[in-house]
Amino acid sequence: MKELICIVCPKGCHLKIDEENDYKVTGNGCERGAVYGCKELTNPTRVLTTTVKVEGAAIARLPVKTDGDIPKQVLFRAMDEINRVTVKAPVKRGNIVLKNLLGLPINVIATKTIESV
Amino acid sequence: MKNYDVIVIGGGPAGLAAAIAAYENGAKDILIIERNHEAGGILNQCIHNGFGLHYFKEELTGPEYAGRFIDMLRENTKAEVMTNTMVLEIGPDKTVYAVNSENGYMQLRAKAIVLAMGCRERTRGAIAIPGDRPAGIFTAGTAQLYVNIHGYMVGRRVLILGSGDIGLIMARRMTLEGAKVLGCVELMPYSNGLNRNIVQCLNDYDIPLYLSHTITDIQGDKRVEKVTVSKVDENRKPIKGTEIVFDCDTILLSVGLIPENELSRSAGLTIDKRTNGLVVFENMETSAPGIFACGNVVHVHDLVDFVTAESLKAGKSAALYAKQEKEVPSDIIEVANGPGVTYTVPQRLRTERVEKFAELFFRVNNVYKGVNIVISSGGETLAAFKREHLAPGEMEKIVFPKQLFDKVKDKTVTVSVVKE
Repeated sequence: MKELICIVCPKGCHLKIDEENDYKVTGNGCERGAVYGCKELTNPTRVLTTTVKVEGAAIARLPVKTDGDIPKQVLFRAMDEINRVTVKAPVKRGNIVLKNLLGLPINVIATKTIESV
Repeated sequence: MKNYDVIVIGGGPAGLAAAIAAYENGAKDILIIERNHEAGGILNQCIHNGFGLHYFKEELTGPEYAGRFIDMLRENTKAEVMTNTMVLEIGPDKTVYAVNSENGYMQLRAKAIVLAMGCRERTRGAIAIPGDRPAGIFTAGTAQLYVNIHGYMVGRRVLILGSGDIGLIMARRMTLEGAKVLGCVELMPYSNGLNRNIVQCLNDYDIPLYLSHTITDIQGDKRVEKVTVSKVDENRKPIKGTEIVFDCDTILLSVGLIPENELSRSAGLTIDKRTNGLVVFENMETSAPGIFACGNVVHVHDLVDFVTAESLKAGKSAALYAKQEKEVPSDIIEVANGPGVTYTVPQRLRTERVEKFAELFFRVNNVYKGVNIVISSGGETLAAFKREHLAPGEMEKIVFPKQLFDKVKDKTVTVSVVKE
């Protein structure tokens, strides 16, 4: 039996996960907690949020995120790849700034609309 | 002098929601005055996700949450946003004195005002950390601004004091950007941050959390070089012989937030000593008729979604006031905090203004498990709410039904934590 704090939402439910019983989750307040509990012990993933360099804008960095979860163990490799990206303003929220991050079926998208100056 | 129905001071999440609600409730001429070059407030630098789960039912980053509200304001309302503008003073008759480099000094008149100035971080001076005063000591939010907006790294080997959410978020952010975060030091025996942030910001990156510890010395000539951390006893006094010395170049402080109420004070509004925020009624009206307040200027929230909910209420109230709807005379119930509760918002309820129930927000002073939150008056329990888990870092809400108002004695109710 493994104990985890759920990170799906700010509520932070205290989960108990039975590894010997098909990763059965108890203590979860909602269904997403059950999915998280099982995944956290079998294949933990995270959404990565960071920034990339933006040129021709009033600010220096454009905030971005992965448009889905990526495996926890590739977070630093993902940072390396994202840090090589430079975009030119204007950028719209939701625009793809990097396709197929690390060859995964995941894109990096802008989280802010930035006008050009 | 230009006249408005509603002037909103501050264009962060509170101000944006208040302006939208004011428009939806019939206010026509609405102005948001924002000090920064763009609306969105602190959300612009909070590039992490976790926002909007209550309001939008999905997980957004800070800039996305702000962006959606800015879009709603632009597309659905005629509210004007004046950026790069500083409000200097709020005068009697709801005159707002402001200045910017385009128009110079301005006098603006409003029928109703919404205060949405947010809060500021406590600094090293506020908590009096001993030691040298070299460069390399930042509030976590300042570091966040440098890293996320301006693109500068603030240090390589980082120690974080305080385990509030901004500190935890910055522990992860600095780590991802290549810094070594040596630890997060917390004076209290528990963290004030959200559990999920302990997990995904500290545990994910093996950053140790030192509970019941504090910084007792900082050394460094030009830049921070060494920091001494000591364990503290139950009275939060450092214990000799427990010192740990860290070689680091940077300290980030996440040691609390204070509502920014200079304008409110100069306008003579009543401030609550418990929250350092404004005293408000059930409709978010301050001690001055027609001046409303919402968001972190009232009390520091943990979730922006709750700021939005509170601000929609304030914006609606401001619009109704601007329409000069007749004021109904009403009894006032004072909401006091009893054992275990540090404050409540609102602090005052006008019984006639409450429709079916009043929402009471509060924080507790310690970690509690399996307790009741009790509303009492004159020694009698009016309502009790069971809670499995309470922590100071998590704002709580209870609902006080109007049908119980008749049982209130001496015009006061008390909210307390009662162990079973």
